Parts: sequence; C-alpha cells; structure tokens
Amino acid sequence: MKAATLSAPLSTRSTPEASSRRGALLPWPNLAAGVALGLVLLMSFYISGRGLGGSGAVARATALGLEAVAPESAHQLEYLTRYFGEAGLSDWLVFQAIGTFLGGLLGAVTAGRFKGEVERGPRVGVGQRLLFALLGGGFMGWGARLARGCTSGQALSGGAMLSLGSWGFMLALFAGGFLGGLLFRRLWT
Amino acid sequence: MNEIAPLAPVGLISPEVNLILAGGIGLLFGFVLERAGFGSSRKLAAQWTGRDWSVFRVMFSAIVTTLFGALLLDALGLMSLERVLVLSTYWPSQLIGGLVMGLGFALAGYCPGTSLVALASGRWDALVYILGMSAGVVAFAWGWPFWEDLYNAGALGKTTLAQWWSVSPWGIAFGLLIIAGVGWHLAHRWELRSRTTQGVLDV
Repeated sequence: MKAATLSAPLSTRSTPEASSRRGALLPWPNLAAGVALGLVLLMSFYISGRGLGGSGAVARATALGLEAVAPESAHQLEYLTRYFGEAGLSDWLVFQAIGTFLGGLLGAVTAGRFKGEVERGPRVGVGQRLLFALLGGGFMGWGARLARGCTSGQALSGGAMLSLGSWGFMLALFAGGFLGGLLFRRLWT
Repeated sequence: MNEIAPLAPVGLISPEVNLILAGGIGLLFGFVLERAGFGSSRKLAAQWTGRDWSVFRVMFSAIVTTLFGALLLDALGLMSLERVLVLSTYWPSQLIGGLVMGLGFALAGYCPGTSLVALASGRWDALVYILGMSAGVVAFAWGWPFWEDLYNAGALGKTTLAQWWSVSPWGIAFGLLIIAGVGWHLAHRWELRSRTTQGVLDV
C-alpha cells in the first residue's frame, strides 16, 4: 500500500481520505503564490496603511455576538469593551475577512476544489477530527488575543514591516508548530 | 516631495472607500491563499511534520516581496513608510501567544486566515475550528484579569529589526533574501527525506 502510494504521481493519486479532486487545478508553485501574496499585502499597505489579518474579525464578531445574546455578561468582560464602540461590524478587518471568505470561495470553485467534507488524516475519524479542530481553534483564538494577531497579522504583515515582536512571534509560532508536529504526527500521517 | 500613499491614512480616500477596498483586498488574499493550496488542513499540517514546506516558502517569499516593494515605493517617494502601521512589540505575550498558536496550528491544521478559505472550500472542520476560535476569544476575555499583566509586559514600542540592530532596512531585506534562498534549499532536502519516510502528500 505504502509502496503504491509512493510510486504514483502526485497529481493523480487518490485515497478515500485524500482531499485531492480529480480534474482540479493544481496549486500554484510556492514562489508564484508567495509573490502574489506579497503583492496583495503591499497593496494593503499602499491603500490602507495596514496589513492583512485573520483573527481580528473573528474576535470582533465573537464580542458583538456575545453582546447581542447576553449583553450583561458581555459588558462584564473588560477585555471585550474595546469592541463595543460605534463601529460595530463596520470594521476594516471584518470587511477584509468577508472578502477573504469570498475570495476563497471563488478560488475553490474555479479550481474545481469545492467539496463539502470533513478533511482529516488517514487514521482519524470524523468525530475525532472535529474535536481536535475545535481544540486547536481554541488554542488559536486564545493565543491570537494574547499575541495581538495571528499568522496573517503578526507573522506576515508585522514581519514584512520588520516589527521586532512580529519576528519573535514568527519564531515562536514555528517552534510551536514543529513541536506540535512531533506531538500530533499520528493525526496527519 | 509629496507622498501619495498610504492612501487612507493620508486622507486621499475616505474611510468608507477604505472599508470597501478592504473587502477587495480580502478577496485577493483569499483567492491567493486558495491557489497556494492553503484551503487544506492536510497540506498546512504537513508543514509541521516536515513533509511540505509550502507555508514557510510562501510566507517568506511574500514577506521579501512586500518588503522590497515597500522600500522601493518609499525610495521613489510614492509611499511614506512612516505612515504605514508597524506593530508594537510586547515580547512576552508575543512569544507565548506564538508558541500556543503553533501548537494549535499543528493540532487543527489551520491558522485563522486559512480557516476562512477552508470553510469557503466546503470544509466543515474549518467551521468547527472557527467556533473553537470564538470559544478561545471568550476564554481569553473571561480570564483577562489573569493575563492582563502578561499582555502588557515587555513593551518595546514600534521597534523594527532595522532599528534594533541599527542597520538599514535595505540591509535586512537583502539578508532576508539570502536566508530565504538558503531556507528554500534546506526545506527541499528535508521534504525529500520526510516524504520517503512518511509517504507523499497530495492536496
């Protein structure tokens, strides 16, 4: 089984767990994708004077969602008060995140990669995968608030503007990632 | 010399137009992430098992591209880098937050931005991941008194690597270009090694 998967060409191999789609476009080469991503980020700096973000919109939506369903509890949480200004959801990062979702949708559909599924490693069941996704998401949501940003906002955008702390963040992120790769290897291979 | 950018902070476009353009920037961001193959948790997680170094290569080449582009625009007088946001440094919270996020990244296979693209690609696990992030935000807000001091500790202001080491940002940019080139080569060798021990990855 292993030998068969090794000898098959990358683009045509298919397993039940595999996310590859028959007939789907292959991803861009890393250099092309990286330069394109860099130009998008440059455009963001040029137009808005700020970089891209991923976690800020989720935090804002969470805060405002909590305020909508349980205003008293929400207002007791001091950290969340920073989100309760006039702007509401009319926020730069929220608009950018909505765009990111739509851009991802456009990309997935035009590449023939759109498919409803629970993507997971070959040994992992659906319930297990969802549990670990929830847990990992929790780590990310917590960590991104502590670090004032995520892979997009801190590492990519802060890194490109040479922010000292962002480079520290990036090193810590890669250290944590490789540590996690050792700990959670069985989930993915 | 009259700088013309960044457009929004200088007032050349209104806040409303800036918001709409944020949606357009996000659209391109999401499209490029999808085309990089980053809507897939298996591909992203393969960075952390050493089988696929795309995350490293794409991020590094993006940073170098942006940095050279921004320095060039600044040198040509087309954009004032002084008015572009540089994130403030709070090193303890950034190091601990980064470490925790790295673990979360390897566990779930997504970072926040890519999870939006994965959700848009039809991945239900990305939806659960985003709900998890929301729970993490609430947990952070709930425990705020416990980590408020950590959050504000070690403030070094808007320091850049160039200021920290007292070198020109151009010097850093060329240094990063060299590191990227060496890293590219090493990553490739690592990939070849780990793929033969762990099997190839298709996405």
